[in-house]
Amino acid sequence: MKSSPTYSTANKARLFAALITITLLAAALSLALGPVGVAPREVLAALFGGDDGSTQARIVLYARLPRTAGCVLAGAALAVSGALTQSVLANPLAAPSTIGVNAGAGLAAALCCAIAPTAQALTPLAAFAGAMAAALLVLLIAERTGAAKITLVLAGVAISNILAALVDAVVTFAPDALNAYSDFRIGSLDNLTLPRLAAPAIVAACALAAAFSLTNELDVLMLGGETAESLGLRAGRMRVVLLAVAAALAGSAVSFAGLLGFVGLIVPHIIRRFTGDEARALLPASALGGAALLLICDTASRTLFAPYELPVGITLALMGGPFFIWLLLRQRRGRTA
Amino acid sequence: MIELRGLRAGYRGEEILKGVSLSFEPGRVTVLCGPNGCGKSTLLKAALGMIPRLGGEVYIDGDEIGSLTRREIARRAAYMPQERAVPSITVRRMALHGRFPYLGYPRRYGRDDYAAAERALARADAAELAERALPELSGGQRQRAYLAMALAQETASVLMDEPTAFLDVGHQLAVMDTARSLAGEGRAVVLVLHDLCLALKRADTLAVMDGGALAICGTPDEVYASGALDEVFAVKIRRALTPEGWQYYYV
Repeated sequence: MKSSPTYSTANKARLFAALITITLLAAALSLALGPVGVAPREVLAALFGGDDGSTQARIVLYARLPRTAGCVLAGAALAVSGALTQSVLANPLAAPSTIGVNAGAGLAAALCCAIAPTAQALTPLAAFAGAMAAALLVLLIAERTGAAKITLVLAGVAISNILAALVDAVVTFAPDALNAYSDFRIGSLDNLTLPRLAAPAIVAACALAAAFSLTNELDVLMLGGETAESLGLRAGRMRVVLLAVAAALAGSAVSFAGLLGFVGLIVPHIIRRFTGDEARALLPASALGGAALLLICDTASRTLFAPYELPVGITLALMGGPFFIWLLLRQRRGRTA
Repeated sequence: MIELRGLRAGYRGEEILKGVSLSFEPGRVTVLCGPNGCGKSTLLKAALGMIPRLGGEVYIDGDEIGSLTRREIARRAAYMPQERAVPSITVRRMALHGRFPYLGYPRRYGRDDYAAAERALARADAAELAERALPELSGGQRQRAYLAMALAQETASVLMDEPTAFLDVGHQLAVMDTARSLAGEGRAVVLVLHDLCLALKRADTLAVMDGGALAICGTPDEVYASGALDEVFAVKIRRALTPEGWQYYYV
């Protein structure tokens, strides 16, 4: 009989120290690297000294900082959203897109591109509204029958398919929208500004606070519906609440970053290998892991083929996918998620 | 103390419990038995308000169940389900979640909760499993983890659905000893058991169900003498007096 060293407190402390270090390093690289190299000293000078008129300072403050902040925000929000959906639905394949978030945001963005191609500023708001509307529709449908896990998944798949068909219809009638919609679908953190990040940041911060305050509820829910009820938790209702929080997180991220689906799927899986399913470790660790992964992928997409730039969605799938498969192959014992 | 009066319950028009009156009394081990599908598990869930009630009354410690919130019920009666999920959570954390019904704001467990969880772990014979994650454990060890969680609730009534399933004979008897000691503290203990011989030997009250109704309820001696067991289970069950007391066997 051996104890399970994986989940010991010391190991968790080590995991968080490593994640924080990686995230900080990745953020520093994200600020320093790009078509124009900026020395670490100049990065610090710009961050703490503000705009002193130098080109370097302006690049850091207006081109790179919004992007770095966007990566941290979107990565953390998507990863926590994925961890929540996977835990609530007890389904390792679940991701924010499972409850219709991506399809809803996609349809709203497609409509925006078709109806008001010049009003680009509208897209984030519309995408967020679309994501929430689709997710709430899924939750409402499932709620009517007691919000069983399988009903939630099936309702999510059905709604997503309907919305995807509507996107195809929009693009058929307004082929000009295809280009802009395609950018949104792939996902990119181009053209961000700090003011534009303010609204998603507020939404994501509130949703994160809600998620972190519901970690015991999430654990209890994972022990099964009957056990949860016997401990005094209304399982169906709490599933709906937690998935609404997950939808708000993913919705706020895709509103400005596009449909970066992969972060929400793989980051929680990787983190779970170290933390297990206990939410009070899983959620914050996922947030850090998501931020780090997106920072690394975005920096790579800006620098690998400079002066050309790949949308981060592509880098994410091309770098994250093989990394994930490598992790799966390295896994010795088959542990069910 | 849980009292059922003419309880009818089921799902969507399908009545599974057809009017059961029964009380789970403090200080007694009540064992429910009956053939597969007779409604034993449904009875436990209905007694805790976990499935729709179609008629009758349920009182928990004197209060009608309809007037209690889920949380209030969870502070009065613990329930160990038959189906158990296996998330990757340590046994200690699980036992701590037994304190979930008492959780206030901020949503953090306090020193009392940690102490109660440790007591429950020791009592469920799960202390040496505390740092291990549920998926790494054997079926019997997982059972003890769930038992620890139910005990951490520290309720006046404890209901367990087949607590001896998956257990070897030594651990089965250990569960029965735990049940006995809980009853000794004045708690009402209710067990669903499949092993008739174990039930006859260890129960204070034996309730035999058949087809969603109560066939007979009484002390093991009374139930044995009535001959109802042979009828309900369609077997011949006999007993012999040995130096260790009555031993039951199937013919």
